[in-house]
Amino acid sequence: MVIGFAVIAWFTARFRAARLRPLGGDRPHSLPGYHGWYVALWLAIPALLFLTVWSLFLPGLVEQSVLLDPAAQNLPASQIERTAILGEARALADGSLTAAFNEEAEALVPAYQEASGFYGVIGIIATLLLAFACGAYAFLRVRPDFRARNRVERVVMWVLLIASLIAILTTIGIVASLLFETIRFFERISIVEFIFGTHWNPQSTTFSDDPGSFGAIPLFWGTILIGAIIAMIVAIPLGLMSAVYLTQYAPAKVRSVMKPVLEILAGVPTVVYGYFAALTVAPAIRDFAVNVMGVSSASSESALAAGVVMGVMIIPFVSSMADDSLAAVPGAMRDGSLAMGATNSETIKRVLIPAALPGIVGGVLLAVSRAIGETMIVVMAAGLAANLTANPFESVTTVTVQIVQLLTGDQEFDSSKTLAAFALGLVLFIVTLLLNIIALGVVKRFREAYE
Amino acid sequence: MNNVGDMMNDATDTQAESRADAPALAQDTLKMTARNVDVYYGDKQAIDNVSIDIGMENVTAFIGPSGCGKSTFLRCLNRMNDTIPIARVTGQIELDEKDIYDPAMDVVQLRARVGMVFQKPNPFPKSIFENVAYGPRIHGLATSKSELDEIVEKSLIRAGLFEEVKDRLHDSGTALSGGQQQRLCIARAIAVDPEVILMDEPCSALDPIATAKIEELINDLRGKYAIVIVTHNMQQAARVSQRTAFFHLGTLVEYGETSDLFTNPSQDRTKDYITGRYG
Repeated sequence: MVIGFAVIAWFTARFRAARLRPLGGDRPHSLPGYHGWYVALWLAIPALLFLTVWSLFLPGLVEQSVLLDPAAQNLPASQIERTAILGEARALADGSLTAAFNEEAEALVPAYQEASGFYGVIGIIATLLLAFACGAYAFLRVRPDFRARNRVERVVMWVLLIASLIAILTTIGIVASLLFETIRFFERISIVEFIFGTHWNPQSTTFSDDPGSFGAIPLFWGTILIGAIIAMIVAIPLGLMSAVYLTQYAPAKVRSVMKPVLEILAGVPTVVYGYFAALTVAPAIRDFAVNVMGVSSASSESALAAGVVMGVMIIPFVSSMADDSLAAVPGAMRDGSLAMGATNSETIKRVLIPAALPGIVGGVLLAVSRAIGETMIVVMAAGLAANLTANPFESVTTVTVQIVQLLTGDQEFDSSKTLAAFALGLVLFIVTLLLNIIALGVVKRFREAYE
Repeated sequence: MNNVGDMMNDATDTQAESRADAPALAQDTLKMTARNVDVYYGDKQAIDNVSIDIGMENVTAFIGPSGCGKSTFLRCLNRMNDTIPIARVTGQIELDEKDIYDPAMDVVQLRARVGMVFQKPNPFPKSIFENVAYGPRIHGLATSKSELDEIVEKSLIRAGLFEEVKDRLHDSGTALSGGQQQRLCIARAIAVDPEVILMDEPCSALDPIATAKIEELINDLRGKYAIVIVTHNMQQAARVSQRTAFFHLGTLVEYGETSDLFTNPSQDRTKDYITGRYG
């Protein structure tokens, strides 16, 4: 309704402003449309703010007046029962419940309806009054020399600022919640034990807190083995070579086909990669290890399977970052090298890649941070056993897998076991954040070097 | 000759004439010859039937307004146009009487013999030493570290840069000033001991003092290398070159002794250009 009035206000103010135009000798400062926006915003924003605040206080006000009702005098004194009955009464009053469990609730329904009706009407009247008062104030200011444009622009700026703050505030909220749970965890388990311990078995601590079961080193190692070592061994050479081919050798036609296909690879949901890793790659690698290489301890959930598939997932990422960096190397540098009589491959190896290296390194760091935060592939293919092993055919587990393990299913959120998940999450967050900051810094420095 | 058609006809007529008029490269040995060269970018013809002789002992300047094809033609001389997929070159260009577009000619060796310096200094993002050592390394010119040091030092001395950078050979080449970077690029080109050096507006990105240094350097290098320089700056062409070619709209309008061309142009188009009537 307020919006409707705002629309009407926009048109009337605009009309009035348009009529003003010919009257003054000078041209009006702002276009009629700005006057329209000015009045509409004045009308709508305070009213909507008031409505928001009012609806926050409304339940409290209603409840207070219900409690003053004679029917409320015989409510039980216990706080829990009281709120339960009041809640039922409210649900009955607005019709979302048809029969009450507590009889007392039925008695409160008329009081509830009366109170919410009363305050509702007050709210609407107050909102409308506020809207009209503010709208009238703004409407009276529509004059040729009134700087409506500047004011509307300022409001727009504030709206944009708030929009960008929301994302940042959410991030801060996430970090804060992680942080508090983590602090609670470290009150129970020593931080040294957590970071340097080599034994991880939190499932055994359901009934007793054994600090020895929260050594996260095997998880960190598993994460690094899969995300930073195996995946990168696959992704860096393949991604780099495909970028070199695409930027330096591929004819325009091939490039126009291959680049989108690579980008599609980046859009495949990670669950799908997970199936592929668990059902196709992992058994194949196990059979290969057992039959060809004679590694009898090969597991069907190997670090290698998860790492290789993750590497494939990361290829488009590395490739497109490397592609951008190579393309950002000035053509003059390539010409300079070719004019020296260098071949294409010498030019790429000795000039283009060294010149693009900071960008490529930045891309790889971003890829690593993505790989270590990746969850689905490792959940499906890497296994749960927290082994501290360098053998890629064995099963290892990662930080993300353990977080999933600790938090899925019915869990109470005050055991060390679940709190450990928050500590792991915080570590993961800090590591990926650092990697991202470093990577973006490197990439930025590189960009500046060529601008 | 106010009529454009007349002018064109006249130009093609007298082009042959002016070439005949130009003093034969008598005391000069012929280094490169081009005959009836056409260059196309896709369907667009950029160079139309250019024939020219380039002497060993001389600095040859190509002048002309922007887009007249002088840089395009320069890039034909070491086949740098090969790097542009849509470019197509016809006609004949010879280096020491060998066709450089012949399949038997290896483009890598050709470019080692015909070096190039670009409009914007383009040192590699490596140290000064590594920039100069780049060519000798890829062509295997030095068998030992000391030999490589010697080549680098000699090239930097020739390019007049050694005194300025001898204490910081291992600093980045991109940290030098624009003029020093351009001399570094010249040193880099010299390091592979080319026979011809092509310079594509080497001073257009430099201030007057750096420009003067490069011009001085070109004078010093004359006689050791055949030098071809493309320039927008007619005073520069007059200062550094012995022979000048005037290009217009993809054709070679006039080619002759620099002193003759500037004082007594045989073509009206040349005269208009050098007196600043257009371009």
